[in-house]
Amino acid sequence: MAMTMKGEVTLPASKQTVWEKLNDPAVLKECIPGCQALEKTSDTSFSATAKIKVGPVSATFKGNVELTDLDPPNGYKISGQGEGGVAGFAKGGARVALTDAPGGGTILGYDVEANVGGKLAQLGGRLIDGVAKKNADSFFAKFAEVVARG
Amino acid sequence: MSATSSATGIGASVRRKEDLRFITGRGQYTDDVNRPGQGYAFFVRSPHAHANIRKIDSTAAAKMPGVLAILTGDDIAADKVGGLICGWMIHSKDGSPMKAGAHPALAQGKVRYVGDHVAVVIAESLAEARDAAEKVEVDYDVLPAVVDMNAATKKGAPVIHDVADNNTVYNWHLGDKAATDAAFAKAKHVTKLDIVNNRLVPNPMETRAAVGDYEPGTESFTLYTTSQNPHVARLVISAFIGVAPENKLRVIAPDVGGGFGSKIFIYAEEVVCVWAAKKVGRPVKWTADRTEAFLCDAHGRDHLTRAELAIDESGRITGLRVHTLANLGAYLSTFSSSVPTYLYAPLLSGQYDIPAIYAEVDGIYTNTAPVDAYRGAGRPEATYVVERLVEVAARETGVDPAKFRQKNFITKFPHQTPVIMAYDAGNYDASLQKALEMADYKNIGKRKAESERHGKLRGIGISAYIEACGIAPSAAVGSLGAGVGLWESAEVRVNPIGTVEILTGSHSHGQGHETTFAQLVSDRLGIPLDAVSIVHGDTDKVQMGMGTYGSRSGAVGMSAIVKALEKIEAKAKKVAGFCMEASDKDIEFKDGKFTVRGTDKSMDFGAVALQAYIAHKFNGQELEPGLKESAFWDPTNFTFPAGVHICEVEIDPETGITHIERWSAVDDFGNVINPMIVEGQVHGGIAQGIGQAMCENAVYDAKGQLVTASFMDYCMPRADDLPSYQVGMTQTPCPSNPLGIKGCGEAGAIAAPPALINAITDALGTENVPMPATPQAVWRLAQKSITRKAAQ
Repeated sequence: MAMTMKGEVTLPASKQTVWEKLNDPAVLKECIPGCQALEKTSDTSFSATAKIKVGPVSATFKGNVELTDLDPPNGYKISGQGEGGVAGFAKGGARVALTDAPGGGTILGYDVEANVGGKLAQLGGRLIDGVAKKNADSFFAKFAEVVARG
Repeated sequence: MSATSSATGIGASVRRKEDLRFITGRGQYTDDVNRPGQGYAFFVRSPHAHANIRKIDSTAAAKMPGVLAILTGDDIAADKVGGLICGWMIHSKDGSPMKAGAHPALAQGKVRYVGDHVAVVIAESLAEARDAAEKVEVDYDVLPAVVDMNAATKKGAPVIHDVADNNTVYNWHLGDKAATDAAFAKAKHVTKLDIVNNRLVPNPMETRAAVGDYEPGTESFTLYTTSQNPHVARLVISAFIGVAPENKLRVIAPDVGGGFGSKIFIYAEEVVCVWAAKKVGRPVKWTADRTEAFLCDAHGRDHLTRAELAIDESGRITGLRVHTLANLGAYLSTFSSSVPTYLYAPLLSGQYDIPAIYAEVDGIYTNTAPVDAYRGAGRPEATYVVERLVEVAARETGVDPAKFRQKNFITKFPHQTPVIMAYDAGNYDASLQKALEMADYKNIGKRKAESERHGKLRGIGISAYIEACGIAPSAAVGSLGAGVGLWESAEVRVNPIGTVEILTGSHSHGQGHETTFAQLVSDRLGIPLDAVSIVHGDTDKVQMGMGTYGSRSGAVGMSAIVKALEKIEAKAKKVAGFCMEASDKDIEFKDGKFTVRGTDKSMDFGAVALQAYIAHKFNGQELEPGLKESAFWDPTNFTFPAGVHICEVEIDPETGITHIERWSAVDDFGNVINPMIVEGQVHGGIAQGIGQAMCENAVYDAKGQLVTASFMDYCMPRADDLPSYQVGMTQTPCPSNPLGIKGCGEAGAIAAPPALINAITDALGTENVPMPATPQAVWRLAQKSITRKAAQ
């Protein structure tokens, strides 16, 4: 089942700084909720392990993250897919666009589309939107904190 | 067969003998079976609706604690275990056989629906099996999936089975196209409807389960399974899947907690359990959890139909034409091919004299769970088409729907329809008149006006259903493509002190056979009900049988018992003759007593039974000792239960809540063995029909994920959704079996959906009401209806 989500967040740093942080595996690992491992496998791809809980279903997802449509320092598309074994699978992507904020800092816009299947869809169906929103909020709160830290 | 005055015989509302053990938790279900040293199976299932399997890596999983084995499709193939079969051959209208794709018990290179069986982990405990299953790594190459039938048949749609072009299993037809087209060309009025028969998940209270056991000393297998027909399971697992020869395979279906059709079929899990028992060297047990039941039990219904009815200037129906798309899911389940063809189109004549009928049915593969028989199986779909068409035609032509029906009823029997069936007996107007009376039909106008004064919308809907039960003459179903004969067997074993065991090939999974079958025997032999035990569900005890579905246990199973009892009576008369020094022709048997005609010499049944076994009074060469007889009964025709249900609803347009105010059901089941049990069957059937019409809907999203896979998202009817039913009966005995009975198990589920939707459409003033008519759907339509009325 598919889920979409759109939003933006203003960050207290220059576009260049935000762009660099967005490409730093250590930062991404710190910010992605439940992320246990994130290793670079090429300039634009990572292998990842993340623990995700949706309602009654909790599973460790192993998968790949790819960066495409790179347009430094204006944005990229980040997409990933993971298999959670008996819990099912999750895959999706986010288009990320950076623009200068009028009062200084950077606006990060995101447009997410995600799909889940298997037990996640069967049991977590009506909870997915809430969980995705919560995870996105948690990611950007953490990311803002990291960016502010410099 | 006349009703008896006996408190326990035919016609008596005897309390069910089996209920005490069921309601006190003493039933013995498959999950209650535990074999020493058993391992627990957990299935790795596909989370994708359609994917190629590149690789299955179970290295890490195999090292997990407690793991006994991890088996995949490769192991199935290596052991030459055959695939699951579909046992009814359907031919397309061009004469070509149906296109059935392979259906392996464990996937071989490809998965085709969410829940498809990829691998099985067997471990010392269920928790260990489940934990290890988490570690089985399956590398999927995900393919585009298709769940919509119209999309599945388009060019360029994902191909589910290579053998089936356009994902089409068959383009089947029945009836006279030319005559039907001619009727439509001449029609004064044509009613057209697009009808969706929503997809249902069976949801019996007990989920499926299996325990496979292997005895190396005798090289024999035992399978305990939740089956409605253990002998058919043994036949298929032995003859087609090839796990073991029949004489080395015992199948036991102990107490079974509901089936509704979903336990007729032979599924992958039980095949894997029995096969793996030998491979692993341990008994193997599996019990489905509720999510697995949602995903993998064969679903029901799921038709898209274009239906048309032709009417002449006098208001007579002259033709009926339908084109139905039937979703068969990703694989052909055991009897799936027959449900939307021979169990559907032959019922399209309903209770009406329709000179010309033509039906086309396309069976279609989609990336969804297999679809097969579910309570009524094809007949609810046919009745929904006919009764919606007739209701709408009456409304469109300005005729009272009851009068429209009455005018078109079949009144002479036997009646040959243009679609195979020869109705043997019935009195449709008698049921209609009784139902109209019970429903206080003539005053509905007053009640509607009263509701309107309170801001409510009231409607009334009629459903005059017919079904074909007691399947069926073996030669007839054979000529239509069935792979089996549909007779039934019975054995009567009289014990030396006169108690009796009845071995039947029917199988009870809630129907009450232990009571009704005993009533028949008690009635015929004049012995107490408690002296009769019913044995069923074990292939080592009962030699052969065809099981329970299609309301056949009474009409076919009990008829076999009657035949065996006749043989018992004849033999017992001979024994009594020897004992009382009279010719068996002079012996009368009545109320459990053998009497020499015209004398006061008599012996009771138990005394004759003892003499049959001690054999002191006759020469064993002249008459065989013992008192045991068996019989097979092959029916001469289907049976045709029919009736009229009338539903009255009141809708609150503010909330969209539909309240069922009144339900008047009049059924003609022929002769009745136990009125209380029959009424219970009617209640349960109506509840399921109301569930389909107002609550239940199995929904797959566009990618093939089942989004209604729990009771959170799949709405089952609850007590407060259901009315207090008024149930009545008319009786025209069935001429095609010795008891005159027709069958009652499915009637409610067949009759209810059109009655309810006809009532809701009447209340809302629009015909476009989908099933399920949820409060949200009804609320939207109610708002439109109010706007429309205001504009007028």
